[in-house]
Amino acid sequence: MGPNLLVNYGEAVAAILFCIGFTNLLLQTNLIKKIIGLNIMDSAIYLFLAEKGYIAGRAAPIVTNGVTSVEAYINPIPSGLVLTGIVVSVSVSALMLSLTIRLYLRYHTLNLDEIAAQLKKEGR
Amino acid sequence: MTAFQMILMGLLIICAISVSFSRNLLNSVLIYMSFSLVMSLLWICLESPDLAITEAAVGAGITSVLFFVTLKKIHAINVAEKTEEKKDE
Amino acid sequence: MSKKKSAEEYHKTFAFHFFRWLSGGKDPYLGNVEMRPQKEYEADPEMLLRQEKEHDAILDKVYDTKHNALLKLFHSLYEITSILFCLFLMALLLVTISYLPATGAADKPVNNEVAGRYIEKGLEETGAVNIVAGMILDYRAFDTLGESHVLFVATITVLILLRLDKNKKGEVNPLTKEMNPNDRIYEPKNDAILQLVATFLVPIIIIFGIYIILNGHLGPGGGFSGGAVIGAGLILYLNAFGFQKTERFFTEKTYKWICFFSLSFYCLAKSYSFYTGANHLHSIIPNGTPGAILSGGLILPLNIAVGLVVACTMYAFYAMFRKGGF
Repeated sequence: MGPNLLVNYGEAVAAILFCIGFTNLLLQTNLIKKIIGLNIMDSAIYLFLAEKGYIAGRAAPIVTNGVTSVEAYINPIPSGLVLTGIVVSVSVSALMLSLTIRLYLRYHTLNLDEIAAQLKKEGR
Repeated sequence: MTAFQMILMGLLIICAISVSFSRNLLNSVLIYMSFSLVMSLLWICLESPDLAITEAAVGAGITSVLFFVTLKKIHAINVAEKTEEKKDE
Repeated sequence: MSKKKSAEEYHKTFAFHFFRWLSGGKDPYLGNVEMRPQKEYEADPEMLLRQEKEHDAILDKVYDTKHNALLKLFHSLYEITSILFCLFLMALLLVTISYLPATGAADKPVNNEVAGRYIEKGLEETGAVNIVAGMILDYRAFDTLGESHVLFVATITVLILLRLDKNKKGEVNPLTKEMNPNDRIYEPKNDAILQLVATFLVPIIIIFGIYIILNGHLGPGGGFSGGAVIGAGLILYLNAFGFQKTERFFTEKTYKWICFFSLSFYCLAKSYSFYTGANHLHSIIPNGTPGAILSGGLILPLNIAVGLVVACTMYAFYAMFRKGGF
């Protein structure tokens, strides 16, 4: 173990959240819960990126009083990356939800095991 | 600020775990909504207000609304079914 | 001296026969071999039924998740393996994190000269007080352009998946008919409380969204967050007053034209600024005084374009989920 696990508690929480989302994705049979698990994984990665860019004691990257020195602001790059990521994740979840609706119309269930069983019974 | 951050992160983990253990689908969507709200508070602690506004509007607002509409479409919300039955009578 | 053959002469030559045989013009067996038409296959209906039943019985037995011992064993093995895998992944990530540089330290390799350049020269070069807005709409504008297109493509895909399929006679495809059990009957007819609250709240929400978009280069906010807020306001309006009122000002046509104009304006504006920037030409768009509302060069119009796309997309998602169209 390295020396920084307790100092990097934010990143540790991000890793734990990622694993919880991944477990959801693997073990849940309900499609809606799977989608929520994927969204949680998204959020965990955003949290990790933002923690990387955070610098203690510095302000948000908005120029105040004309001060433009590196020592005054946190790293703006992770913020920009995460900003685009959040909006993309909403379109991804909308796409997945619409696919879920189509699946429900076809099989009248959200349970993935039942859907797989029906598919195999139909011989596909 | 660190104690507040730690509390928020604990809430995040609790929310993430309780999503998978709640029986009702509506409950788990609501818990995900609160997860997004806690996340948007955490963005403010991490000095990125841009992200806080976006997460509050997108994560807690629009994603949850889309989830609710999907739940209604797949008849997972019981209230909608009850009103439908009443209408049929 | 070319020699022309008549048609009859030609029909006697070897070449004519050979090519006719080659192209399948004449069947060599026709007229030479005795042929009988094949009997049609008649399936025994009882045997068919029995076969079907046996097939179903086998499938039922194999995929009976409650009684098949092997399937049960596989499920439990799958669960144990996935839990172990996740625990292993978590341990691996935590060990990796423990070796990462400490959070909040200023001398991390993440905070390299790129971030320093954005902070030091950002205000001077882009004219935006909000460094993040200057970064994503000026230095990294291609990224944002691609993202706006992702939103557009996502809307089109959701439209393909959820739209009401109608044939030429106007009949709805039976599969999708069930999906839209005339969604309008679910609408609150005259929900007085919701309508009164919406009357007060919707203008405030939309004005707040416009404020966020217009102040994207001066403070926190920008096209994405402001667009999402406006979209949420439109959704509230739709829920309170129904589709008939929103269809007056927002239809599929409106969506198409707004997205088309916003995205092409974005492309043209950024092409201009990349062209002038790459050739060291003087851009005619002034950066303005930092802090004024009309400053930041192209950032304000680009923010408006992105905000329009995002707002329309969010509303379009909701409308398509509700009734499969606009």
